[in-house]
Amino acid sequence: MAQPRADTASKTIMTASDLHRVVDRIAHQILEKTSGATGTVLLGIPTRGVPLAWRLAARIHAFEGVDVPVGSLDITLYRDDLRLHATRALGKTELPGGGVDGRRVILVDDVLFSGRTVRAALDALSDEGRPSSVQLAVLVDRGHRQLPIRADYVGKNIPTALSESVRVSLTEVDGLDEVKLTGSSK
Amino acid sequence: MIKHLRSAADLDAATATLILDTAAEMAALAGREVKKLPTLRGRTVVNLFYEDSTRTRISFEAAAKRLSADVINFSAKGSSVSKGESLKDTALTLQAMGADAVVIRHSASGAPHRLAAWVDGSVINAGDGTHEHPTQALLDAYTMRSRLGRLDGLRVAIVGDVLHSRVARSNVLLLTTLGAHVTLVGPPTLIPVDIAPALSRATKVSYDLDSVLPEMDVVMMLRVQTERMQDSYFPSAREYSRRYGLDLARMRRLPEHAIVMHPGPMNRGMEITPEVADSSRSTIVEQVANGVSTRMAVLYLLLGGKA
Repeated sequence: MAQPRADTASKTIMTASDLHRVVDRIAHQILEKTSGATGTVLLGIPTRGVPLAWRLAARIHAFEGVDVPVGSLDITLYRDDLRLHATRALGKTELPGGGVDGRRVILVDDVLFSGRTVRAALDALSDEGRPSSVQLAVLVDRGHRQLPIRADYVGKNIPTALSESVRVSLTEVDGLDEVKLTGSSK
Repeated sequence: MIKHLRSAADLDAATATLILDTAAEMAALAGREVKKLPTLRGRTVVNLFYEDSTRTRISFEAAAKRLSADVINFSAKGSSVSKGESLKDTALTLQAMGADAVVIRHSASGAPHRLAAWVDGSVINAGDGTHEHPTQALLDAYTMRSRLGRLDGLRVAIVGDVLHSRVARSNVLLLTTLGAHVTLVGPPTLIPVDIAPALSRATKVSYDLDSVLPEMDVVMMLRVQTERMQDSYFPSAREYSRRYGLDLARMRRLPEHAIVMHPGPMNRGMEITPEVADSSRSTIVEQVANGVSTRMAVLYLLLGGKA
């Protein structure tokens, strides 16, 4: 997940229009890969995965008039690093009507990094039901995976150093759309 | 986050609200097919019960198990306590077993405070004598908020045996922290003279139930704790229930939206009639269900993070 940090040396890597184009492309790719997004559910991972999931659903509707159900899946209680930090507040889990059983679930998050968030999301999802398949859509893949996990839909691959951090801002949460890379890349 | 939950006074408004919000998320998870969460895997929660209890012990046990903690139930009956072991020695035994949290119910007021000095883990007060029962207050606040949508400005009457009620004390502390206005109602013998100013300045006292009912959003009936009464505090059970029992006629004096609560166990026919207890305004069964979610929230927030 993108960590808010002081802007030491920050570089904008996606502007608002880049971000909108990327969301449009992922929406098209989802339609293509899922033959019209039938039987599909978009589940955003809080915080910023949720507005992204809603945007994808809105674009899919605009392109093909299909209504894809959207929900949110909080993974806090499934994290493997709970004991390393102070207690975290929980996010919202709201599944769309009909649940996830037998449907294709597309998990949506802003940044794919170590893969641990996705691992936790897969565990959380299996306690909610049994989807027919699970896919992953991310706005940014910054590499440095610690688990054998890959995304099905990637907005932008951004090679990063471990010391850097990727900060995604979305209008719904942060008041503007952009992606920034902060920290030194030595 | 705080380490122990010994008193409702340990909670400021922000922390209490965080617990209630977390409880709401936990309640949403209770509707799933798999109710268990892996969150407290490998942690040990000891239920140390020196006093009889049905709902509180079961509720804590269910909460800890749903979060995957290991639960050790200890009741004074059938343990070395009946051979004369002191609370301190029992505490040191639990400490040696590596308890991450101890949930304690004890007949002595202040037992959780003593216990916290002897164990490294978190101490959660599940009722100490006539002192406090903070998780009951939290589940009551949760129930009020989910039924009425808010706590700030809510008018709550707590009726009956306030003198012996740890539920009343914790509720007054928590509800006033969260902005509600509390009125304590009961016979003068069962309301300590200095209780209202001692607990909070915003709390009022009344000896006339009928006159306060029309203004209330919530009326919480307390159990008359005959087991703690060495003196006679009122002439007869019949007289008590005629003046302070909640029956259908009194319930009709409440505003349309008002709810009726009772922490249980009830003396049906004494402080509350069966028709009121089983009416749609009564939240008594709901309170039990909310108890599990609220205690899950407390356990998660106390034990979930870095120790």
